[in-house]
Amino acid sequence: MFELNRANITYGDQVALRNISLHIDAGEHVACIGPSGAGKTTLLKTLYEQRPQDASFVHQHYALVPQLSAFHNVYMGRLDRYSVWKNLHNLVRPRRDTKAEIVPLLDELGLAPFAFKRVAALSGGQQQRTAIARAMYRASHVMFADEPVSSVDPHQAGMVLELIMKSQQTVILSLHAVELALEFAQRIIGLRLGSIAFDLPAKQVSPSHLAQLYQPC
Amino acid sequence: MLRTSLVFLGLAIVLLVGFADIDVTTLDPWAELSRLAWGAMAPKLSILPEIWPSLVNTVTVAFGGMALACMAGSALAFGFHWTPIRLACAWVRAIHELFWAFLLMPLVGLNPLCAMLAIAVPYTGIFAKVYAEIQQESDQQPLQGLPVQTGRLSRFCFGILPVIYPDVKHYTAYRFECGLRSSAIMGFIGLPTLGFHLETAFREGMYAEVWAILYAFFLLIASLKLWVKPRLVALYVIASFAFCAQDVHWSWDNIYRFVTYDILPWPMRRDGVYAGTQAVTFAWAPVWAWLQEIWYGEALEGIWNTLVLTQIVLAGTGVVALLQFPGISRHFANTGTRWGMHGWLILLRTTPEYILAYVGIQLWGPSMLPAIVAISLHNGAILAYLSGQNADLVTLTADASKRQLNRYFYEILPRVYGQFLAFLFYRWEVMMRESAILGILGVYTLGFYIDSAISDNQLDKAIVLIVITALLNVGIDTTSQFVRRRLKISASLVTSA
Repeated sequence: MFELNRANITYGDQVALRNISLHIDAGEHVACIGPSGAGKTTLLKTLYEQRPQDASFVHQHYALVPQLSAFHNVYMGRLDRYSVWKNLHNLVRPRRDTKAEIVPLLDELGLAPFAFKRVAALSGGQQQRTAIARAMYRASHVMFADEPVSSVDPHQAGMVLELIMKSQQTVILSLHAVELALEFAQRIIGLRLGSIAFDLPAKQVSPSHLAQLYQPC
Repeated sequence: MLRTSLVFLGLAIVLLVGFADIDVTTLDPWAELSRLAWGAMAPKLSILPEIWPSLVNTVTVAFGGMALACMAGSALAFGFHWTPIRLACAWVRAIHELFWAFLLMPLVGLNPLCAMLAIAVPYTGIFAKVYAEIQQESDQQPLQGLPVQTGRLSRFCFGILPVIYPDVKHYTAYRFECGLRSSAIMGFIGLPTLGFHLETAFREGMYAEVWAILYAFFLLIASLKLWVKPRLVALYVIASFAFCAQDVHWSWDNIYRFVTYDILPWPMRRDGVYAGTQAVTFAWAPVWAWLQEIWYGEALEGIWNTLVLTQIVLAGTGVVALLQFPGISRHFANTGTRWGMHGWLILLRTTPEYILAYVGIQLWGPSMLPAIVAISLHNGAILAYLSGQNADLVTLTADASKRQLNRYFYEILPRVYGQFLAFLFYRWEVMMRESAILGILGVYTLGFYIDSAISDNQLDKAIVLIVITALLNVGIDTTSQFVRRRLKISASLVTSA
């Protein structure tokens, strides 16, 4: 599904990736881990750009429209799929059939009470879950998620990740929390200073791998 | 920054002392002033029923004009990156709404529609520019959340409009107040808005009536928040269009004649007029001679006086603002003083500079003095308000000097000066437009010659002079951008040094 062969990547003025080779199949659940600035976001964006039409992306900064409600922000995940008239109709006055699609999804993420509140009025964790709901609503073949649970409280983080893994065919995410990555992903890519340090099934990642990955430069 | 300021200040002083006509020609200005003051205390409110129709006209003209400008400006904002649209907008902006009214009068007649269109045209250019700028500077992150193949309209309605809407609304509301002022002023050149009664009352020296009208206008502006509700705006706009559309006689023949014949240079029409055939001759040498005559006879003098006035009021506005802003800042004044000062500044901001100048002429007679005072006070009040607000954003430490002068020059002024100067230069072109327009009141700036040409029914000459005024305005705007860009560099050097 995704293929990189000895790729060197600069993304804007962010960290460059050097000599990256990897292959990701449909159905894989991959987590990228590594210290800050290792190139996790760059790798995610690079892969996303290979096929943005049938992918969704949960941004680190959420990329929500703060002035619109959670419902509208989630609906935005399918703007390209529906006609412009349906889009405008839903913007001005949400349709009943669309509500029936979105509200249950928000409910699963504990956001049903806030469905029609402006996103700006929600907490950081609630905003992040709205961004995840949008990516899930998009129902694409692959979901990219850049630190999707960084603002969600630890108790809910596991639940949210489980929901993502259950509902999405292919998932590629970056995580700060190593224990969550090991628990929910099948495959772990360790990034350090813009290169791949290791690329292993989650079960084979040992404490020494992690110690090397996170050792001070 | 300091050097630039001093250069501009020095230039203004030289112009003021050496070249500006600032003689007081009235016999007893103090008696006139006291009569004016008495009028303020005893306004003749009984004339209000009489001026009611013109008050309604003022509001409908403003609503209609601003609604048209808002719609056309929004549409043009989408194409603002396209150079021809950007130039066209700069062009219509550079011509004052009173000049637009002069141009539109022969086409639509002396009615509310003329005033409405005269406001709509320049404000379209303003809205197009500002809306485009708001969109450019808005938060781009929400756009990243959209699927890549989202259609343009959906992309705009979900990813851009909700983000920029608060700013657009705020700016449009602020501009509506300006639109009301423009609308009122239209009366001074004969259109049926408030200014019409104001001019009559002024000319006859009926200050009690003047103040009654002014109070009505202040009340109108002050009460805007009470009756301009988002839900009602559409209703007002439709009512305005319906109101302005009545008793309008479009004549396509008239319009065709205007653009193909009336505005042609006189030498091209002369032979036909004398022969009674309205034939047009293409004689370039006489046209060139005609242009030269306008250039040496009127334009040069008008440009010089406009520039003299502009440079004096640029410095004047700065001085007035710097003297006044401490009065509304918590670092300098107690609550009572601040309230009083706020009231004074609101009064100066709300009163159009055209009316202030008119008052000045009653007091001191026709010279550059009333125009200098009017433009400096009006713009100075706007600038003082902004600088005062900036000053209040500064938090002083407990050990800051308690002496007011030390505070002013060491703590506050250095911190607010950059923004103050940027805004002063931002309004440079506005002041130039005002300088030109006040010629209508008898200062020999470009407006004087345009007004004379219109009164003499010489549309061709008026248009040449209006084009020159617009070019001068675009020139000032460009210079202002250049100065601001340069000052930013020198400003950063000052802070790092």
